[in-house]
Amino acid sequence: MRALEYPFDSEYILKKKKALKKDLLLQNITFLQKRIAILGGSTTNDIKLVLELFLLNYGIQPIFYESEYNQFWQDATFENNELDAFHPDIIFIHTTNRNIINYPKLTDDQEQITNLLENEYEKFETMWNTLRDKYNCPIIQNNFDYPFYRLLGNKDSTDIHGKTNYIMKLNLKFAAYAETHETFFINDINYQSAQMGLEKWADPFYWYMYKYALSYSAIPELSFNVANIIKAIYGKNKKSLILDLDNTLWGGIVGEDGVENLVLGQETAEGQAYMAFQEYLKEHSKMGIILNINSKNDEENALAGLKHPNSVLNPDDFVVIKANWQPKSNNIIEIYEQLNLSAESLVFVDDNPAERAIINQNVPVVSTPEMVSPDKYMQIIDRSGFFEVIGLSTDDLNKNEMYKENIKRDKMMSSFANYDEYLKSLEMKATIQAFIPLYMSRIAQLTNKSNQFNLTTKRYTQSEIENVAADDKYLTLYGDLEDIFGSNGVVSLIIGNIAGKKLNIDLWIMSCRVLKRDMEKAMMDTLVHKCQKSGIIEIYGYYYPTPKNGMVKDFYELQGFTKVSADESGNTTWKYVIKKQYKDKNKFIKVEE
Amino acid sequence: MTKEQIYQDLDEIFQDVFDDESIHVTEATIAADIEDWDSLEHINLVVAIENHFKIKFNMSEVTSMKNVGEMVAIIMERKA
Repeated sequence: MRALEYPFDSEYILKKKKALKKDLLLQNITFLQKRIAILGGSTTNDIKLVLELFLLNYGIQPIFYESEYNQFWQDATFENNELDAFHPDIIFIHTTNRNIINYPKLTDDQEQITNLLENEYEKFETMWNTLRDKYNCPIIQNNFDYPFYRLLGNKDSTDIHGKTNYIMKLNLKFAAYAETHETFFINDINYQSAQMGLEKWADPFYWYMYKYALSYSAIPELSFNVANIIKAIYGKNKKSLILDLDNTLWGGIVGEDGVENLVLGQETAEGQAYMAFQEYLKEHSKMGIILNINSKNDEENALAGLKHPNSVLNPDDFVVIKANWQPKSNNIIEIYEQLNLSAESLVFVDDNPAERAIINQNVPVVSTPEMVSPDKYMQIIDRSGFFEVIGLSTDDLNKNEMYKENIKRDKMMSSFANYDEYLKSLEMKATIQAFIPLYMSRIAQLTNKSNQFNLTTKRYTQSEIENVAADDKYLTLYGDLEDIFGSNGVVSLIIGNIAGKKLNIDLWIMSCRVLKRDMEKAMMDTLVHKCQKSGIIEIYGYYYPTPKNGMVKDFYELQGFTKVSADESGNTTWKYVIKKQYKDKNKFIKVEE
Repeated sequence: MTKEQIYQDLDEIFQDVFDDESIHVTEATIAADIEDWDSLEHINLVVAIENHFKIKFNMSEVTSMKNVGEMVAIIMERKA
């Protein structure tokens, strides 16, 4: 809904929130229902109501628990039957600098201030740990906005007695916790308030009158940011940018003006803006966002433009390049079909309102931000929160490292005459065990990301994963693999449901980055051992073909299963009878079960 | 701005905020007359009125307004 996309009109949203909610509920979609607990350190009523709007707009229907006024800490740390019964999927802790109890006194020495800081911080950390232990769900925690006044003036940020300095240190400690806890997310109100300006962000009028820690008009901004984190947690981020060329990636029309006359480069102000935008897009591709072209041009001209000496983006940076004269809506459909992505996961970037209108009409679920002038392009994409990152630390950032490690492995491989020797030299160690709480989010993420080595392509949310893990009718295994070059993290999963003496495998997946390392054999061995322990004698495997999982068509056969049945769409069922004397297949990985 | 105009505009704001097109306010309208008009919706209403008329109520005004008539009196004073 346009009213809820950046740049939105906060006044309008606040005033019309009842009507907006009605309209959102009329959408013909199946909402994902999520239970969200808001633990507030100040009034949260309208934050909740506006958050609901943004979430509904993302296809998520929230059910809320809201703590009583300023009861966040009590609600979290003491026995709380109501919250227990609520079973939150997400906990959002809305605290601000109004909730900092002790600030340094001017007479305090360094040591006293360090202790004060530790105490203030520990109160929060204790609360987070308690919540994690009890509810085992993602936690979203505000960091702190800067204080409204600066007793020490500019020195407030550098002197240890300054409130600004104190808040900076607290924020760093919050960030450090977030860095080491996968399902803990900071809602960066420090940045949001800076972006708005502190005076707009926190008008004390609303604190004195209504105990709102932020201005009433700042609520949509805050709620939007929280909604972005939540939708990212549930895999509703955008995945791909579909880019126009003329007047989007460069100034001018390549087909008419010629490559040499395009506005792109350091020579002109506009040329700089287009270049900066291209750099910004290139950074996205490094983050794993897929770039494509959708342009009304002859392909020859489009490619010539991308080979402009100042072009940051080159033809190689794009996965699909559609440069032709058919309607752009047709191109978009062909692009997402080719990439096997959903239309919802696309952002269409075009300076021409008429082209955007065509997309809105024909493929309305594609996002079409209003690109008005090149100096604002970046801002519009950035503030829209399309690609809110939640797992960069565990997966994407490591990607570069992992690729580097892979290069090292490849080098090493070529130094060995035979593959077995290479595998031996890797000194691989694996942990293969039933799902444990620490990995639930990674496990859920993996079930949503794996397409190729995936026998059934069944997707799970984190709470479904947790339910399966807690249910003794299911057998679960995760595999974590490391070698002399480093850890690969959790790379393989099996979920099976137990029916008497039979096990049906609902899910078997493995990350492609550990192909040909015998990890699948190690998983099979452990699976059999666990079955033997629980008296299971037959394992049934299922293969459901998709356009992407052809590589595992014969997987069960290779593991020694026999085919029981096959239907006309290529679905196959496999059976494995466990013998008393099972001989382990894996020879190179030291497994801890 | 005449009193009449202000009441007309207020009707629209009340209708938006409470999402009820049947609402018509008079001098004597008080919170109890409108079903959803509680202390939490009051903020929303006050802010919507402020934004619409481009005025600011001060803290004592917000707390002391007893009915719509008093609200209108303040708006007229500010717009005069």
